[in-house]
Amino acid sequence: MRIPVETFHLDNGLFVTLSEDHTAPIVAVNLWYHVGSANERTGRTGFAHLFEHMLFQGSAHVGSNEHFELIQRAGGTLNGSTWLERTNYFETVPSNELALALWLEADRMGELLPAMTQEKLDTQRDVVKNERRWAVDNQPYGTMLEKMQELVFPSSHPFQHSLIGSMDDLSAASLDDVAQFFATYYTPDNAVLSIAGDFDGAETRKLIVDYFGPIARGRGKPPLPPMDLPPVFGERRRELVYDNVSLPRLFMAFRSPVFGSEEYYAASVTSALLGLRRGSRLHRSLVRERQIAADVSAFTFDLAKGTDLLVVDVTARPETSALQLEEEVEREIDRLHSDGASEAEVRRAIALIETDLTASLQSAGERADRLSMFATFFKEPRLINEQATRYASVTVEQVNRLISERFGDDNRANLIYVPKEGVESEGALVAAAGMA
Amino acid sequence: MVTSLRPKAGPTHDYRFPQFRDEVLPNGIRLITAPVAKLPLVTVLVLIDAGSTNDPMGKEGTAALTAASMLEGTSNYDGARLAEEFEQLGTSLETGADWDSTYLKITVLSSKLREAAKLLGDAISRPIFPEREIERLKAERLAEILQLETEPRGLADEKFSEFLYADNSRYSKPDEGSAESVGSLTRADVEEFYRSNYKSKATTVIVVGDISSEDARRVITDAFQKWPSGAGREQRLVAAPRTDTKRVHIVNKPDAPQSELRVGHVGLPRRHPDFFPTLVMNAVLGGLFGSRINLNLREVHAYTYGASSFYDWRRGAGPFVISTAVESEVTAPALREILLEINRIRGENISEEELSLAKDYLEGVFPIRYETTAAIASALATLAIYGLPADYYDSYRANVHNVSGDAVLEAARQHLHPERLQTVIVGDSGIVRDSLDARDLGEVTVYNG
Repeated sequence: MRIPVETFHLDNGLFVTLSEDHTAPIVAVNLWYHVGSANERTGRTGFAHLFEHMLFQGSAHVGSNEHFELIQRAGGTLNGSTWLERTNYFETVPSNELALALWLEADRMGELLPAMTQEKLDTQRDVVKNERRWAVDNQPYGTMLEKMQELVFPSSHPFQHSLIGSMDDLSAASLDDVAQFFATYYTPDNAVLSIAGDFDGAETRKLIVDYFGPIARGRGKPPLPPMDLPPVFGERRRELVYDNVSLPRLFMAFRSPVFGSEEYYAASVTSALLGLRRGSRLHRSLVRERQIAADVSAFTFDLAKGTDLLVVDVTARPETSALQLEEEVEREIDRLHSDGASEAEVRRAIALIETDLTASLQSAGERADRLSMFATFFKEPRLINEQATRYASVTVEQVNRLISERFGDDNRANLIYVPKEGVESEGALVAAAGMA
Repeated sequence: MVTSLRPKAGPTHDYRFPQFRDEVLPNGIRLITAPVAKLPLVTVLVLIDAGSTNDPMGKEGTAALTAASMLEGTSNYDGARLAEEFEQLGTSLETGADWDSTYLKITVLSSKLREAAKLLGDAISRPIFPEREIERLKAERLAEILQLETEPRGLADEKFSEFLYADNSRYSKPDEGSAESVGSLTRADVEEFYRSNYKSKATTVIVVGDISSEDARRVITDAFQKWPSGAGREQRLVAAPRTDTKRVHIVNKPDAPQSELRVGHVGLPRRHPDFFPTLVMNAVLGGLFGSRINLNLREVHAYTYGASSFYDWRRGAGPFVISTAVESEVTAPALREILLEINRIRGENISEEELSLAKDYLEGVFPIRYETTAAIASALATLAIYGLPADYYDSYRANVHNVSGDAVLEAARQHLHPERLQTVIVGDSGIVRDSLDARDLGEVTVYNG
């Protein structure tokens, strides 16, 4: 199964990818700007994400909040998101509204600044502070991402600081910062535009040339500091976080091959064999057989630069202490490191990944987002069609080489959440389950 | 310069919800099949007409525990082996119980469908419910309940249901059961629930994806040969409110940086004749990003990251709830704005602009909702669960389109009840309590620990 992919560049550097599919009258528009929290300057943590909010506050010909209103009035869905390496903006609309979606994206790429005001910045700053309270500060384990970044990356590494940002840095952000960030990073030559779904190729090319063509190329962006890191930590890292949580939970991170590299696929399969679904190694052993964990999963961050991270995430059962949890997971990882994985485990992981990959391509928005991702990181959106084959060709030998290189005790960073105070009802729960 | 000329919409392209065949198999199972050949995938959704509302009194959580126990072993395979067999086929598998039904859902490449469906049919026709696995699943549910103590969003939802419904309503208790009720469940309860509810006449199988209706029928007939025949049990629906008097319930979390707010009352059953006017009314009030409540609380006042309102549609009258999380210091003004918006939408006609925004959104977004085999299967399940007519999705957009401004005002007056609002605040009582106006919101009670 292959999806069609066409590409072209505008003179101003905008990279465009198109993928037609006429099974339903809907079309997805997706823009990736190659800028994320990694590009923030010192003292401005959280700015890339705050800036994403400002992109919904209008542009030269679009009123405040009108972007949302126009798309929703058209019967579309939309949003944006910020990550370490990129920021994306996307909408899926009925196909007769494609021109509107493209025009809105072009207007804010070309002429955002006339609409920016101190009042809008102040409002969005407060909205983002509330987002931080909601998603990070008032949520159990909500600090995981920022604590993990601090633990695994050296200070001054672009991935080391908080994505959502500190309250102080958010307070310090100014309209000048908005103007500078816009001029530096929100330029056509630093963006990819992908369109997937029901559209006419020739008409759409013309719209893109008309709307995005007049936008000036950027003047280049400052290079990121060196990001490469050795393949392993070279030491054990560990942080205990005493927090307002009910159950101990361990996030064990391994440095792993960057997204898109040959070895990445073996790492991704390893993460699936460890923690994807109920038949995975850790679920079977820690949840089903030993019954010391309530839940298990594993995932990769999919970072394309420096190093990727593979994370094993295990939540304890109430009667398991944080230290016992850590010991048991360590033992499982030691066992994997010394004995390796079996052919059946690798096949199971690949079969599940193949179904998930296929299922994800059903949605026009997902297709467009993946096209943008491959175009941004590798200048080659057609990689979207290579993924299933790449996974299918992963061998048990490759997986075991990866495991032997990356799962030793010189490459583990343990972030452990410990309940700050024993919850009173714990005893009652244990007794209620007949486990006491 | 980007052109200042806003593009106009082109001519609309036709869309129809996928065509489906609806039939009854000789053994009594209802089979709904929708061939959708976009990608080589199939979703099979087995729906049992028995959900959490079928839980025996005091045994809340039985439906959920039974659903979770279904794939824990047969006389041929133990649970671990069963998981292995499904996953070697790449099967994405999910089971659970909601208020009105139990579901077992697989999505798999079409080339693996026959094997995966056979495995599913065998597993759920002959479950052995091993005691050890049932005790483990109970312990996992108890761990989840414990997590709620420190999870303000889930805790607010749960407390809201508890304060909303009368004690004898199933809706007042968590759908997957409380620590007390789950602790009391036994293997016998699970087996009894299975034997009395998992019956052919209470079963609908929905097949959506890259397969013809004829082939789907053959696959399902073959896979469900051993499915128990007969009819299930009646549901017990009690949706009475706990009180008709407005009240405030503060669940005290000292030092919480935000207050999680839930404001609302008992709503309407899914089959209510005012469904469409109420849907449009809610879209204007709090159902969209551009709705009154979100624009007011987020974009005007910056009290929150987001605020929304929601009718939780069930067979019985589910909750109507406004949800948000605001900085602790602005809890009282945020509640004042929420109350103001409820009164405003009951007080006067909404503008033409607001009406068209809500309707255009609901009509336009319709095809975007059904991009995946799983989403189409869920939509067909909605038909089956609520007994909606076969042309429900074909007439959906016309039904939205025909809602008038007057009908929205009438829906707001009939179905929003400021005098009955229950307000739940999970937050720091020390900061919040004294700022609340009991005249607006009712008597305040603080719950510690």
